[in-house]
Amino acid sequence: MTTAVSADAAVRPEEVLIEAIAGMLDGLGHVAVGASSPIPGAAAFLAQSRRPARTRISVLGSERNFFNEGARELFDLAGQGRIDAFFLSGGQIDGTANVNLVAIGDYARPKARFPGSFGSAYMYYVVPRVILFRWEHTRRTLVEAVDFISAPGVSPANVYRPGGPHALITNLCLFDFDRTRARFTLRSVHPGHSLEEVRDQTGFDFDLPADDVPTTPPPDAATLATIRGPVATRLAEVYPAFAARVFGTGAAA
Amino acid sequence: MDIRPTDVEDLVSRVSDGAKIALPPQYSNCSLVMARALIRRGVRDLHLIGVPQMGLHADLLIGAGCVSVVETAAVTMGEYGLAPRFTAAVKAGTLKVLDGTCPAILTQLQAAEKGAPFGVLRGMIGSDLLAHREDWKVGENPFAENDPIVYLPALRPDFTMMHALKADREGNVWLGVRRELMLMAHASAATLVTAEEIVDDNLIANPVTAAGTLPAIYVNAIAKVKQGAWPYALPGGYGEDEGHIRQYMDLARTEEGFQEYLARYIFDGAPRAAAE
Repeated sequence: MTTAVSADAAVRPEEVLIEAIAGMLDGLGHVAVGASSPIPGAAAFLAQSRRPARTRISVLGSERNFFNEGARELFDLAGQGRIDAFFLSGGQIDGTANVNLVAIGDYARPKARFPGSFGSAYMYYVVPRVILFRWEHTRRTLVEAVDFISAPGVSPANVYRPGGPHALITNLCLFDFDRTRARFTLRSVHPGHSLEEVRDQTGFDFDLPADDVPTTPPPDAATLATIRGPVATRLAEVYPAFAARVFGTGAAA
Repeated sequence: MDIRPTDVEDLVSRVSDGAKIALPPQYSNCSLVMARALIRRGVRDLHLIGVPQMGLHADLLIGAGCVSVVETAAVTMGEYGLAPRFTAAVKAGTLKVLDGTCPAILTQLQAAEKGAPFGVLRGMIGSDLLAHREDWKVGENPFAENDPIVYLPALRPDFTMMHALKADREGNVWLGVRRELMLMAHASAATLVTAEEIVDDNLIANPVTAAGTLPAIYVNAIAKVKQGAWPYALPGGYGEDEGHIRQYMDLARTEEGFQEYLARYIFDGAPRAAAE
């Protein structure tokens, strides 16, 4: 397995997101990643490479986990608080962090139908740090109100909810989520993008930081070497198509 | 009970129109050979239960007109894209979907496994899933004050269908770590199995294999079929036939293309499944 991207090549947009997400996973004990989430997966591997004795990663639907009780074990672990961070996405995500994994338009006769809610209507409630990840940042995906709530961003006070949304990251920017106010605040805009672009492409209202909007810090040289080396190699075992496209892995395999 | 190995056509002859069938997720021992045989039989009005999600096996049965209801957390073709015939049927309004979430379906099967009337689960309150599921109810935690929780009725499928690496002559079936298949078999009235091989050693008598073996008490019939999960992978057996699945995705984008797929791979013989 070789890595075709040299250490001094320009930082790629995916690498900015990997570094930003890894920062939100730093020091956590157990991070679970979905089977088709290569950027969160790479971030989890990066976070683990920084704290190998502390952070455990479970990649669902692959051989890269330690489960031996079947499909229920992930959810049982989560229900007990044994998973610290997880990732969700959505065909639509709205300004109160509701996610829609079901349909666009009328539920009975939808204009678009997605696969379904998977474990979202449980994991969103019980995993303390759920990071919303949606590469495509447009008014089509980030909407004022979702057409179907697979899982709500916030719940009434009497609903058992130790978990919930922590942040939302897209190809343009990173938002933090405040659960008490049920609102997103822009934390930073990725290099090469602007606040105006974020405003134009976002269908919901959000708050701004008190001072100027920072640029999402790109990974430094040492981190880039880790991402393009050991992280890319591990990623290729689980997400070979993504690793080949972004890092050129497998060229001589 | 008759555990002498039979053939696939005999397995699916036991499934009547309208049956509730539990199916595993795409990465866990799917019997595609049984799905193809069901389509050839022309079965109708099936109620498919995804444990907790389904893939190509469900999309084939839906496209072939064998299914009225799907009860599942998702129908997914993973990185290949949206499941084409599922998506078309939902948009056309010809398929009833009981949308669920993974741990709810597993909890409902666990209740059936215990012979209990219901299970309870955290989460879900405030999700539109509940608004569309008359069979799921929000109740109170009887051991606390003001603590709503979701009650889920026991779910008892008529059949579980699965494909295994091996079974023995007593009817025990090796499943390894894919224990959602054990849950499905425990909860279902009957379990139908295709297996790559029938071995002479008793899988339950050997302590090395016993923990990963479904006991024969849950198993109603077994057929020996090579490549029975194809084009999906069989854990411990063989990998996924990505080229074939891409071809399916390409053809099944249209009704005409799907019919061509059926004619080529289901009604005129499946080239990779010799025993079918």
